Amino acid sequence: MANIITDETIEYVGILAKLELSDEEREQAKKDMGRMLDYIDKLNELDTSGVEPMSHVFPVKNVFREDEVTNGDGSALTLKNAPEQKDGMFLVPKTFD
Amino acid sequence: MSKEYETVIGLEVHVELATKTKIFCGCSTAFGASPNSHTCPVCTGMPGSLPVLNKKVLEYAVAVGLALNCQITRECKFDRKNYFYPDNPQNYQISQLYLPICRDGWVEIDTPQGAKKVGIHEIHMEEDAGKLIHDEWEDATLVDYNRSGVPLIEIVSEPDMRNADEVIAYLEKLRLVIQYLGASDCKLQEGSMRADVNLSVREKGAKEFGTRTEMKNLNSFRAIARAVEGEKNRQIDLLESGEKVIQETRRWDENKETSYAMRSKEDAQDYRYFPDPDLTPVSISDEFLEEIRRRQPEFRTEKMKRYREEFDLPDYDIEIITSSKHMADIFEATVALGAQPKKVSNWLMVETLRLLKEQEEDPEDIRFSPENLAKLIRLSEEKAINSTVAKEVFEVMFRENVDPEQYVEEKGLKMVSDEGALRKTVEEVIAANPQSVQDYRNGKEKALGFLVGQTMKAMKGKADPASVNRLLKELL
Ligand SMILES: [Zn+2]
Repeated sequence: MANIITDETIEYVGILAKLELSDEEREQAKKDMGRMLDYIDKLNELDTSGVEPMSHVFPVKNVFREDEVTNGDGSALTLKNAPEQKDGMFLVPKTFD
Repeated sequence: MSKEYETVIGLEVHVELATKTKIFCGCSTAFGASPNSHTCPVCTGMPGSLPVLNKKVLEYAVAVGLALNCQITRECKFDRKNYFYPDNPQNYQISQLYLPICRDGWVEIDTPQGAKKVGIHEIHMEEDAGKLIHDEWEDATLVDYNRSGVPLIEIVSEPDMRNADEVIAYLEKLRLVIQYLGASDCKLQEGSMRADVNLSVREKGAKEFGTRTEMKNLNSFRAIARAVEGEKNRQIDLLESGEKVIQETRRWDENKETSYAMRSKEDAQDYRYFPDPDLTPVSISDEFLEEIRRRQPEFRTEKMKRYREEFDLPDYDIEIITSSKHMADIFEATVALGAQPKKVSNWLMVETLRLLKEQEEDPEDIRFSPENLAKLIRLSEEKAINSTVAKEVFEVMFRENVDPEQYVEEKGLKMVSDEGALRKTVEEVIAANPQSVQDYRNGKEKALGFLVGQTMKAMKGKADPASVNRLLKELL
């Protein structure tokens, strides 16, 4: 494995992803990430000079919708995903702004 | 203060676009709906849902960009800005980092030193987040996603402003341009226009910028002006006492007139942007651009010029009327209905502005129709009502947009034009006030005023003061 992920990096990525890893999981994640970067290195061997970066998997562009209301009251469906709710809203732990 | 400092200010202005639907789904953007009723799998970020760009958003963004002298990015796309926060159900906000729709523009503002250009760094399209409400009872947070996915444009200026006045002038300018375009109502109080202020100070003449802070939660021009002053002084105090300014986001507390460092929603400012794979790239054709150019409205400067040519109005009136697109629209429509321009202007400049101020409203909130204003002007021109009654009717019309003709009829406010009835009342007033009559005959002009007042009172205000005057003089 050419890419070695340091403890600091995995710690930082963990903070960004809001994940708490056990020591075991951390070691595994370091290996996985290293392998992913190895694969990217492999891709980097290709000469892509003059190739436009791909921003969509299909060669399509300009897919638009008209500005017309097509959706009705979606609250029941949306709130199905709420572990807790109150007054038609999601109830979540106190959040600072 | 021993050294001289210069303040450097740049603004990030978010403007909520006046579309009927959200940026990537067919949910309504209407205000005041019950919580979470305007949501669907797209704007709540459900896996497998597919966002599709609202064409109107692109049109508005390009129109604003053109009006602000920007370069339009002909091949643009959307990116994901990743962060975790309960107001953001997708865990990313769809925005534009790499290829924003507009770049390199400018607007001109007036300063005491003359006209000044403020650069526009870029404008990008993005989606709004949901609303968090603190629940005191549960000591928890409630989330309503109705605003999630409402279209925004973010206008990022260059750090070209040097004081609060320039900041306000810049914001006023943006607001006018965007209101004229109909792209947003730009109400700071209601959050359809939001300004974040990036501010740093440096010693006068220094080339490098100082460390800047970003100030949020500014919801009035007054708050912005105070926050600029406050933050400038705070930073200078820090530097003077040998401390450093920390780059951070601060929240302005308008009640306490002070700011405090926010516990940032992004402890690490690392958004890991990447192109959104669900949305197709946007390619702007010459035809599209031409169509938007063709549709651009008459902006304020052109409108002022035309008013000067078309209407016999003082510059001051023109300035005030065109300072609000909505007011200018009402003015033009009322004049088109045959009302005399100066009369229309007077109603707008005097009574309308007075009542708006009383209600703490903006010209954008005017509710009466041009038809009704034209009718009121006609009634008073034809002397069907006198000026006191006209003002009373106007107040009701201002509040409820009543039809003045109908209202005057219903309330019996029409002036008594029956000369006989008026003469009879005048005779009665003369008979009832011998002392005043005596005074008048002895040369006391004031006594006449009293007698006019008494007659008007007896007529319940429904007489033409000029006729009363004439009759009194005749009969005395
Ligand atoms: Zn939706």
